[in-house]
Amino acid sequence: MDDTPILDIDNLTVGYRVEGGWRDAVREVSLQVAAGETLGVVGESGSGKSTLALAVLRFLGAGGAIRAGAVRLQGADMAELAPRGLSATWARDLRLVPQNPLAALNPSLRVGEQIAEAVRQTAGGALSRADAQRQALDLLRLVRLADPERVYRGYPHELSGGMQQRALIAMALHGEPALLILDEPTTSLDATTEAAILDLLAELAGGQGGQGAARATLFISHNLGIVARMCDRVAVLYAGELVEQAPTARLFATPLHPYSAGLIGSLPRPGMRHNLRPLRPIPGAIPRLDALPAGCVFHPRCPLALDRCRSERPLLEQAAPGHQVRCHRWREVERGALQDGEPAQPVPAPASAEVAAEPVLVMREVAKQFPLRRSLADLLARRPPRMVQAVDGVDLRLGRGRTLGVVGESGSGKTTLARCVVGLEERSGGAISLVDLPLAPGLEQRAPAVLRRIQMVFQNPQEALNPYLTVGEALRRPLMRLGGLRRAEAERRVARLLDAVKLDPGYAARLPAQLSGGERQRVAIARAFAAEPDLVLLDEAVSALDVSVQAAVLNLLSELRQRSGTSYLFITHDLAVVSYLADEVAVIYLGQVLEQGTVEAVLRPPFHPYTEALLSALPSLPPAAPRERIRLEGEVPSPVALPTGCRFHTRCPRALGAICATEEPPWRDAGGGHRIRCHIPLEELRVLQGGT
Amino acid sequence: MARYIVRRLGFLLLTLLLTSALIFVITRLLPGDVARVILGREASEQALTALREELGLNRPAVVQYASWLGDFVRGDWGRSYSTRLPIREVVLERLGNSLRLAGLTLLIAVPLAVALGVIAGLREECPADQVISIGALAVVGLPEFVTGLVLIDLFAFRLRWLPANSSVAPDTSLFAALPQLILPALTATLVLLAYIIRLTRAGVIEELRQDYVRTAALKGLPRATVIVRHVLRNALLPTVTVIAISLGWLISGLIVVENVFNYPGLGRLLTFAIDRRDLPLLQAVSMITVLIFALANLAADLIYALLNPRIRLG
Repeated sequence: MDDTPILDIDNLTVGYRVEGGWRDAVREVSLQVAAGETLGVVGESGSGKSTLALAVLRFLGAGGAIRAGAVRLQGADMAELAPRGLSATWARDLRLVPQNPLAALNPSLRVGEQIAEAVRQTAGGALSRADAQRQALDLLRLVRLADPERVYRGYPHELSGGMQQRALIAMALHGEPALLILDEPTTSLDATTEAAILDLLAELAGGQGGQGAARATLFISHNLGIVARMCDRVAVLYAGELVEQAPTARLFATPLHPYSAGLIGSLPRPGMRHNLRPLRPIPGAIPRLDALPAGCVFHPRCPLALDRCRSERPLLEQAAPGHQVRCHRWREVERGALQDGEPAQPVPAPASAEVAAEPVLVMREVAKQFPLRRSLADLLARRPPRMVQAVDGVDLRLGRGRTLGVVGESGSGKTTLARCVVGLEERSGGAISLVDLPLAPGLEQRAPAVLRRIQMVFQNPQEALNPYLTVGEALRRPLMRLGGLRRAEAERRVARLLDAVKLDPGYAARLPAQLSGGERQRVAIARAFAAEPDLVLLDEAVSALDVSVQAAVLNLLSELRQRSGTSYLFITHDLAVVSYLADEVAVIYLGQVLEQGTVEAVLRPPFHPYTEALLSALPSLPPAAPRERIRLEGEVPSPVALPTGCRFHTRCPRALGAICATEEPPWRDAGGGHRIRCHIPLEELRVLQGGT
Repeated sequence: MARYIVRRLGFLLLTLLLTSALIFVITRLLPGDVARVILGREASEQALTALREELGLNRPAVVQYASWLGDFVRGDWGRSYSTRLPIREVVLERLGNSLRLAGLTLLIAVPLAVALGVIAGLREECPADQVISIGALAVVGLPEFVTGLVLIDLFAFRLRWLPANSSVAPDTSLFAALPQLILPALTATLVLLAYIIRLTRAGVIEELRQDYVRTAALKGLPRATVIVRHVLRNALLPTVTVIAISLGWLISGLIVVENVFNYPGLGRLLTFAIDRRDLPLLQAVSMITVLIFALANLAADLIYALLNPRIRLG
């Protein structure tokens, strides 16, 4: 039997030409993927994993080139292919499922035609147009699309992200390719859609070859949980270098490189709490290619670094069969001699959760409707506009110094709710009060003194910071305008704020473009805290950050809250993050809260079936308890035509039947403020969900 | 789609109604005594009175407007004051001439400009791109009367290939008129060229950066297929609408070109009407101009919507 690996990356160095020199984004990387195998490549942004994928495809663009080493596909050197041979290899053997499915589809061609085109090209003219179309439709069925005919006829923008990605997977899987490269295939998708796509990929990979399966898979991801689930082996890249490679279970059980250990320690897992078992972030940020450190590339961030690490580059050594590591101290790590006893940060005293905290934010029956655009005929007939119910009857209460997590998929109304609280969106009904002060619906109607007391941190700090203001100016402005401080006093406060978010005072002179993503988010947080607010709204504030940076920001948020007594309204789709940071949780679906209570209560059975599904969608690290997977079918319905009865019944895996479709479910009280809005009695839910 | 067209036609009628009112106000009410404007300073009081009577200037403005618009819609555009010829026939004949010139110009300009723009876009920053981009800019900087005269000098006087004067006689067949059309069409082409080239180039460069181009290339498609089937389909969308809109300009905005070549199109009729203070003629030409522009705009929007599935109609 031929044991040539499907993909053989041999000592590969890939560079981009910059101002007459080369910046090597991937250096001396060797990886093999055998037939039937899935190799995971993990790393933070800037680790070189996308460059690696493009180099394998020989699709580096004008500025990039393979500077040393080789990529061999089924034994053949990719660099030796003539353009025509390269096209043929792409068509037949090499397939890519990219990160952003909408951008990867031609916006003005029907999705099915785009798949048929690929099928036909691969067949090399031996296939009639009609046959190619038939095969494309079969492929759409293969990826479990509910209505393949509709997807075939649809244009990309008419499909949801999950449907687009399924279509691209279908396109990538026709005719048994040799290698499938999945480049962050679920990163742009919702948690539940992500889970469904991963299920599909796992199912296809488990098939018996033939249509719908690649012979080997390269799975690129920043998400350790996903890699743990999907891959046989994992390679960890850092700043362009392979630092560790091992079988998946072994890597997660005994990581030998401090970076791998750091990544694993940065991931919020069930049972971890900001005040009890804090995350251990990796300090610092990934180096830029033009300023790579000498010696070991990881030493500036490494808790174990010695003088030797600063001067001498470690070699990639064989620690065990199939386990390679690039670290001077892996033997000591393996022996367990380096149990770094000192925790990443001192454990703060547990929050005084028992004390009934003074309410900072109270929402009563908050509702927000958006009018749909009316047609001319409607305008003439003076018909009232149809309304979209984005937020409907939300009752929530947040105590001083507490964190309320609002969790839901995109389209759940969670961001609209946050915008109603800040006043960026004028609520259509209900009341919101801050401490004792009723808040007017709109920003313009609120006094500056009130505006100061609610601040917001957005998902994307790149867009939330003015690119032309230095960090110092960005922080000084709210201090002087809302705080009424004089300049000298404001300068002193800026220094204190930077210190509070763990940034060097020198950062005051920098522009946002000179900061990393994590540093920018720290600045955004410092700006929010500059006004000494009662309430900070965090809208997916850590979702765009790499895990190691995310852990540091989460710990920073926890610490700032301890010190200032500020309350957080934390909007996110990520239950793991919520369970780490929040005290209370509200699960929201199509504008309605379906379950609320303390974090301990909500994350334990009985759950609302929707919460159960969200929890089940969380990727987990091994050793994971085998659990029943609950999957949601289909997409979140349009808020224009809300389902009758229980809003969740169209996708509910535990729906009872007619009653769910006709009657609004009652609130069921599980005690201690834990409420579930469901027709199923709590006892029954508890039994179904295996709780005790 | 049908609903969208009906709605757009409704807006079109509204536009025409508003501009007709504007034209009426400018030509009939603003000049004060229209009779004096037409007949001039030396006119006798008798003649003035007679003309006022003939034009109905003694009636209230709204009534004048309503009757003028009603006549116009029914096709009764009156007679020219200066030539005493029925206006409708003159205007329609000139419109036909303008259409011929516009058609020929587009026939030359569009393939040339799109081809050059695509080449420039595909070879961004390469010598080919720089020659095309700078060349197009240099040409668009020159006014039409300069390029027109240079073309006349070259092709009519030096090479003697084409006539310098384009005063086509009425009822000349398209084929017979062709030699006289070429030089004005080339002059108008030079004006349009740079604009379409730059737009096409920008579109191609923008689309080449999109992820779907990579998807298409990774299917193993030949480069030409990737460009034509995937890139151009999206890159040319803005170009198509600009071409449709420029049709409006070609038909009624070629005043300088038509005068340089003495070509009997709508543009020259407009200057003639202004020179002679021929108000009914001026009104008719203006109304036709507005109509053409509105239709060109509508065509641009419809074509764009037809080609771009992302536009939702309704």
